[in-house]
Amino acid sequence: MSSLASSLQHHFTDFKQQKESVVLGMWSFLIQEVMFFGGLFATYTVFRSQYSHAFAEASGLLNVNLGGVNTIVLICSSLTMAMAVHAASKGKNGGIAFWLVLTILFGSIFLGVKVVEYKEKWDHGLIPGIHDEGLRFDHETHQPRPTGFWLYFALYFAMTGLHAIHMIIGIPILATLAINGLRGKYGPEYYTPVEMTGLYWHFVDIVWIFLFPLLYLIGAHGAH
Amino acid sequence: MSTPHHTAAHHEEENYLTHDSSIQSWLLTKDHKRIALLYFLSVTLFFTIGGLFASLVRIELLTPAGDFMSSEMYNQAFTSHGVMMIFFFLIPAVPAVLGNFLMPLMIGAKDLALPRINLASWYIFIIGASLAVFAVLTGGLDTGWTLYPPYSSAYSQSRVTIAVAGVFIAGFASILTGVNFIATVHRMRAPGLTWFRLPLFVWAHYATSLVMVLGTPVVAITLFLLGLERTLGFGFFDPAKGGDPVLFQHLFWFYSHPAVYIMILPAMGVISEIISTFSRQKLFGYSFVAMSSLAIAILGFLVWGHHMFTTSQSAYTGILFSALTFLVAIPSAIKAFNWTATLYKGSVSWETPMLFAFGFMGLFLIGGLTGLFLATMGMDIHLQDTYFVVAHFHYVMVGGGVMGYMGGIHFWWPKITGKMYSNFWSKLSALLIFAGFNFTFFPQFVLGFMGMPRRYHSYPEEWQILNVMSTAGASILAIGYVLPAIYLTYSLFRGQKAPANPWGATGLEWQTSSPPPPHNFHETPTVTTEAYDYQSLPLSATPEKGASHV
Repeated sequence: MSSLASSLQHHFTDFKQQKESVVLGMWSFLIQEVMFFGGLFATYTVFRSQYSHAFAEASGLLNVNLGGVNTIVLICSSLTMAMAVHAASKGKNGGIAFWLVLTILFGSIFLGVKVVEYKEKWDHGLIPGIHDEGLRFDHETHQPRPTGFWLYFALYFAMTGLHAIHMIIGIPILATLAINGLRGKYGPEYYTPVEMTGLYWHFVDIVWIFLFPLLYLIGAHGAH
Repeated sequence: MSTPHHTAAHHEEENYLTHDSSIQSWLLTKDHKRIALLYFLSVTLFFTIGGLFASLVRIELLTPAGDFMSSEMYNQAFTSHGVMMIFFFLIPAVPAVLGNFLMPLMIGAKDLALPRINLASWYIFIIGASLAVFAVLTGGLDTGWTLYPPYSSAYSQSRVTIAVAGVFIAGFASILTGVNFIATVHRMRAPGLTWFRLPLFVWAHYATSLVMVLGTPVVAITLFLLGLERTLGFGFFDPAKGGDPVLFQHLFWFYSHPAVYIMILPAMGVISEIISTFSRQKLFGYSFVAMSSLAIAILGFLVWGHHMFTTSQSAYTGILFSALTFLVAIPSAIKAFNWTATLYKGSVSWETPMLFAFGFMGLFLIGGLTGLFLATMGMDIHLQDTYFVVAHFHYVMVGGGVMGYMGGIHFWWPKITGKMYSNFWSKLSALLIFAGFNFTFFPQFVLGFMGMPRRYHSYPEEWQILNVMSTAGASILAIGYVLPAIYLTYSLFRGQKAPANPWGATGLEWQTSSPPPPHNFHETPTVTTEAYDYQSLPLSATPEKGASHV
């Protein structure tokens, strides 16, 4: 338990003050994240309202099945993350590692599926600025794409790319927590790092919950 | 824990500067006071670089012809000046130096809530700043500090991507500082220190932190999109691809207008402390001044469109933004009036920090009132992008922000270093800065009104006299800024030892030794009175004159 006592930093009077401070800091950071993605969502809103037809048409080129599977995978990862926090609060060190490894697994599946999707876009030449002939002309009809088509895919890659970067940052943190869990660094009085990473992970999942309908489903109810 | 030789009478007590002198103990420090000093050295360097670029600009404008520099080089000079000064000096200056040092001391805490995050913020800042300096020194940056596309996307030949990456990264340093202050003010206050007993410096930094956390990420994402635009042609701001350059301006000013309040609000907090201390009075209208900081922070987010009256933004939107902009004048005026009222019947003394505070009030008054000219839509059509705007924002950001910073550095220098500086030279510096500043920038109001546009390296001959005045003033200003570097450095070696409370001030930071011990207080203080309680201050705590005057 001596490792637990040393996890109270010198400038705090007790674990309660330490935890409250860190939780408040984390929530402030998440608000920052909301504003960070908020700028992207604002950009999306402007261009979707301006080019709603082109957005619906472009959205039809995404693979809704893969996106749907990924949504379920990510929700599962949120569940396992919550289980990891629960295990930590009960002092079950093996449980922390078990649930975190599952979370990492789901996160990796998500990223793997994302790679498959990006590869598909590459094959169709839908990557702005890199491999983009499909964004200029329709391969089959040889018609030029409508204005806004390009912007949709620019937004698709900016938004899902930034989301994926957040997951790529999260996974090594989860791995570190799992190792620390096995080493007995956490206990019922002190498991703040697990809880804070949980908040981060849930936030990243929630971003996807918004991204999925906004990017994949806008053509689904018929463009008008 | 506690070292045995603490009790040795009059023995040099260990302080945060002396307790460990290895390089590693500085570069890996989690002590907010040392991190503040790391920031102090960094922003001083960037201020110097920014100042050198300003000198180039003023030298070019001595003569009507564009003879000293090519127009391309001139573009780089004013852009580098702006980027260095705004992102790497003004935004971090007061919060990351004075705020970092003082927030825990003022609330009776041992440190900020998140010391490791605090150290991380300095490293992030240095990485960002290094990239920006690299860009400025190798390929230059010629877009104007506002980085508008298409100047920054299609038409720039300079190192936009690297510079933008630098500003993007440095933004996260600012966000982390804000996050840290919010957690600290909420959770680290000493027993008895309720919200309405907090010094106004703390209130001002709390309001600033809200702006840092809510605004900075938006400019970060905007710069991220700009980077994608420039490297891969993503097209968000490119009409040829259906994008909209005005969208960039909206996103940019959504942060960059509130960023003005990141520069001015903490300086206002400094001024509140100084005015109250050197009037020996409780600050008049304490709660109004505290709330006006929050009001400025909130209203600051609703006025960004006043930078865009001459764009495609609709006239009706413009009217709304104009009206909201006028509203910001109210909380600003509340502060100015309450400072003035604090002076009334106070026993005012004219120490150096007070001179800077008076300078702040005079210059910010002019800066604020000329802001109302620019908030008036019809007037702004005439003044947009002229030297009137340049003069206005220098009065606010330099006359306000830098004066506040200088005042704060002089006010807390004895606390930070444990040394007193020269009274004569510091007062001379305050006067030179005030005079030089007005000499530099007042003519620019006139030039702007006559129609001289900003960002050109040549101008018609009839404007030369005013431009020569401005350059002459800038030379005085430069002397005013160089002097402190000399006498403050001198004070480190030859200055008199500072007592714990040289100004007889009331804040908790003055109750610990100068410089403070590593953990700030030997015992956590308990607060029983409101801030600035000069009435019940024991006579023995009134200014220790001997220290500052011999």
